[in-house]
Amino acid sequence: MSKNAIMAGLVVFVAMALLPFWYNIGGSSAAPEPELSEKAKAAQKCVLDKYDMRANHMSLLDEWRDSVVRDADRLYESTNGKTFQMSLSTGEESCLGCHTDKEKFCDKCHTYASVDPYCWECHTTPKEINQ
Amino acid sequence: MNQKYMVPLAGVLLLFLLAYAGVEGAGMQWFFGIIVPYVAVIAFVGGFVRRVMGWAASAVPFRIPTTCGQQKSLPWIKQNCIDNPDKASGVFMRMVLEIFLFRSLFRNTKAAFNRNEKNKLTYSWEIFLWVGALAFHYSFLVVIIRHLRFFLEPVPSCLKFLEFFDGIVQLGLPGLFISGAVLLLAALFLLARRIFDAKVSYISLAADYFPLFLIIGIAASGIAMRYFTKVDIIGIKSFTMGLVTFHPVIPDGVGGLFYAHIFMVSALFAYFPVSKLMHMGGIFLSPTRNMANNNRAKRHVNPWNYAVDIHTYEQYEDHFREKMIDAGLPVDKKE
Amino acid sequence: MSDELKPDELLDKVDHTPSQGTWMTESVQIRPGMYCYAAKPESVETLGLPNARSWNPMEADWKLPENWQEIIHNGIKDRLEKFRTFKIFMDVCVRCGACADKCHFFLGTGDPKNMPVLRAELLRSVYRNDFTTAGKLLQKIPGGDKLGGGRPLTLDVLKEWWYYFFQCTECRRCSVFCPYGIDTAEITIMGRELLNLLGLNIDWIATPVSNCYQTGNHLGIQPHAFKDMLDFFTEDIEEITGVDVAPQFNKKGADILFITPSGDVFADPGTYTCQGYMILFKYLKDKYDLDVTWSTYASEGGNFGFFTSHETMKRLNAKMYAEAKRLGVKWILGGECGHMWRVINQYMDTMNGPADFLEEPVNPITGTKFENAKSTKMVHITEFTADLIKHGKLELDKSRNANRVMTFHDSCNPARGMGLLDEPRYIIENTCDNFYEMPINTIREQTFCCGSGAGLNAGENIELRMAGGLPRANAVKYVHDKFGVNTLGTICAIDRAALSTLMEYWVPDVEVYGIHELVGNALILPGEQEREMDLRMEPLPGKEEADE
Repeated sequence: MSKNAIMAGLVVFVAMALLPFWYNIGGSSAAPEPELSEKAKAAQKCVLDKYDMRANHMSLLDEWRDSVVRDADRLYESTNGKTFQMSLSTGEESCLGCHTDKEKFCDKCHTYASVDPYCWECHTTPKEINQ
Repeated sequence: MNQKYMVPLAGVLLLFLLAYAGVEGAGMQWFFGIIVPYVAVIAFVGGFVRRVMGWAASAVPFRIPTTCGQQKSLPWIKQNCIDNPDKASGVFMRMVLEIFLFRSLFRNTKAAFNRNEKNKLTYSWEIFLWVGALAFHYSFLVVIIRHLRFFLEPVPSCLKFLEFFDGIVQLGLPGLFISGAVLLLAALFLLARRIFDAKVSYISLAADYFPLFLIIGIAASGIAMRYFTKVDIIGIKSFTMGLVTFHPVIPDGVGGLFYAHIFMVSALFAYFPVSKLMHMGGIFLSPTRNMANNNRAKRHVNPWNYAVDIHTYEQYEDHFREKMIDAGLPVDKKE
Repeated sequence: MSDELKPDELLDKVDHTPSQGTWMTESVQIRPGMYCYAAKPESVETLGLPNARSWNPMEADWKLPENWQEIIHNGIKDRLEKFRTFKIFMDVCVRCGACADKCHFFLGTGDPKNMPVLRAELLRSVYRNDFTTAGKLLQKIPGGDKLGGGRPLTLDVLKEWWYYFFQCTECRRCSVFCPYGIDTAEITIMGRELLNLLGLNIDWIATPVSNCYQTGNHLGIQPHAFKDMLDFFTEDIEEITGVDVAPQFNKKGADILFITPSGDVFADPGTYTCQGYMILFKYLKDKYDLDVTWSTYASEGGNFGFFTSHETMKRLNAKMYAEAKRLGVKWILGGECGHMWRVINQYMDTMNGPADFLEEPVNPITGTKFENAKSTKMVHITEFTADLIKHGKLELDKSRNANRVMTFHDSCNPARGMGLLDEPRYIIENTCDNFYEMPINTIREQTFCCGSGAGLNAGENIELRMAGGLPRANAVKYVHDKFGVNTLGTICAIDRAALSTLMEYWVPDVEVYGIHELVGNALILPGEQEREMDLRMEPLPGKEEADE
């Protein structure tokens, strides 16, 4: 193989290896801040601590779903002693009851992290129903 | 206990603990999260380039492909254009098959000898190494590409496409990525081969176990974070994006396991150019595969060809002239 | 050779499971029967190669130059720059083990250091220690050497190199299976070059090389004796066919220069193949007026220089073009030989070309252009003969080979260094009715070596040769038992000598034939008498009674 071909290959390799360093030039890389609704701000505390919630909410929702669908058990006692109705989108006590704007709350981070939850294949947001 | 794999295993465990304790105990996030990854990237890219340039600097004096099929000869004899190429297109196909499908490994056989009245040596097709190697390399590739979601903003749609297919089994929550599990299993299979196959065990060096343990550690810690211990991936993406945009930040609340993961990845990258892992670059340059078998049709030039002493016909005739004349053989000079 | 192992004893020793432990610290045990005698100083001197002296591998003192480690170190360094193959093959092996059970020497001896990967590791361990960043760093840590798989170059290591680089026939079978195309032949070639720098040659290579350099051929046959040999054959052929096929020598202005290994001229059963060539050339002369000449100066097709060093190979090979130029022929035709064709196909034009004084080879009888040889201007005789047969230019009587039940052994070098697979098969099918292939994993590019190639066809290493030839013999035995195969065809002079011994040892009922022996038997010469005998002076099929 000629030296030129090897050099060309190396250039391609280095460009690929360093993709993250040039791909993001000029773009915004700051992590999005999910917007809290007035109601959420007022409540101050969610069902779990903030870090736990960020890392673990998908598992929590999964557990809730099993609990509700399989055992018809809708009550959830949170770490701070309060009891919640387990629901993603129905009622004032549900997740979306508090975090009313899915786009500004859920989607911002999901899009940033390229996560595509299948919650919305069944659930709708109250906002959409109202419209 | 076998020192050949106990030492590298201990080494990888040590790397893990170093980062874990360094973060959890000493709060050295900035070291394991910022300094080490930058150093690793420089070592990887710089080392890789240096190594390949070193190969490129060596001459290719002869065109010596290993021919694995019928040559091009008479027009009515069917040539094997890929395994014995005489044109660049055939060489290209051969290299594509070699690089993407591990064609030579696909041929692998297993020899067995039965000492009985027949004393037969038999060769059976041995596909498992090929399957294991292919599974390992492709799952690793998918895992690496998938991780670009932490390094690119906005995330390109092709990545989402890949994630969709990787997660197509929709098992559990967060959904299982097949590639991660396959990577771990394939690495364990390759490790088991090294330990339990007597021949492979005999030829293996500590340097063969080390990257395997490292990759197993990386895969296991990654899987643990995604499915079991959980981390805040928004925090992690803000961290990784900070690295690639040269505004490094340390996210809140992310624990030692993540830094251990990053540290092992950094170790792998930094180790890459000084190790056998360079086969990734070497395969492209292997002269027995990337050259056409057309030496008799097209002259290959050796850049360092030099004149040598030869025994000329004149010297030969001078030596044997009388005998040649007596035998009736023609000679150039009669006396 | 009363202490020679019997086949059963040899088979008892075959065990492919290596012992526990590490190969690096086990020092080499040089064992009689497995090694070749050291080169005689005269032979080494003739060629002006380093450190000519008499020495004995079984003695502790190998009489090395004082600074032998430095010589080797510089030798490696030099070759890393000159050969990309060497550098890459030192660097990229992952020790996957795919090559382990591909080597005939490993399959026959069970010695783990005959696994191609370990043969290379013998050299690679020193390379890692002395030439890589990782190795240099690790040396500084106690026990670090072992972690990186490096070891210093000691006398023991050197002896191990010598022992195992002369237990490799450079057959390239491992390279077919290697995912990176690592070619142990290339590593053995480098290893032997390095050993050559210290004068660590074996006599079975050095003496033929010296003969070839001085006299024109490996066997040291002087010009008049060379002519005598072919004259004997002429007499024999006249007795069989009634036709005088006397060849021409050193003829200026001939159409074609023919070069074949001297083994064909001197050693049975190659001599019968040689007679086949002579009958063919006579036929072409009478029918089509094709003028072929032999040369006594370039009277060797083989090139044991290839087993010594690249430079020595070039020195011996130079005679072919030099003689073709002196005689003013159009192009060169090469006989049946294995490594000779690797040299011609992959080295000759590069080393000693361009051959611009020759014409692009065309078969004047059929008009076929040998496109694949248009630069090197040398054609393989099976390419040539297959072309003649295809165009119906040869009158062949297959029935004269009716008692031959054939199988075909692909010689390593034409198979894996050239790809000459179907040409000889085509000739067999047109000269003989009974042809059976050996199992697929033992032929074509997966063919097994005879066990005696690359200069290892000596007498003193007979155990090694018989063990190394086991996989080949085993496959022959398979078709012998299944189809009654009694003839093993081959296109290599070393094969004709080595396989005969091998068959006698493992499958005694099988005889070894060159492909042009079949041609010689089948070809109907103009004006010939009714033949009663084949070239071996055995009665032809159907003529047995006449013999009584």
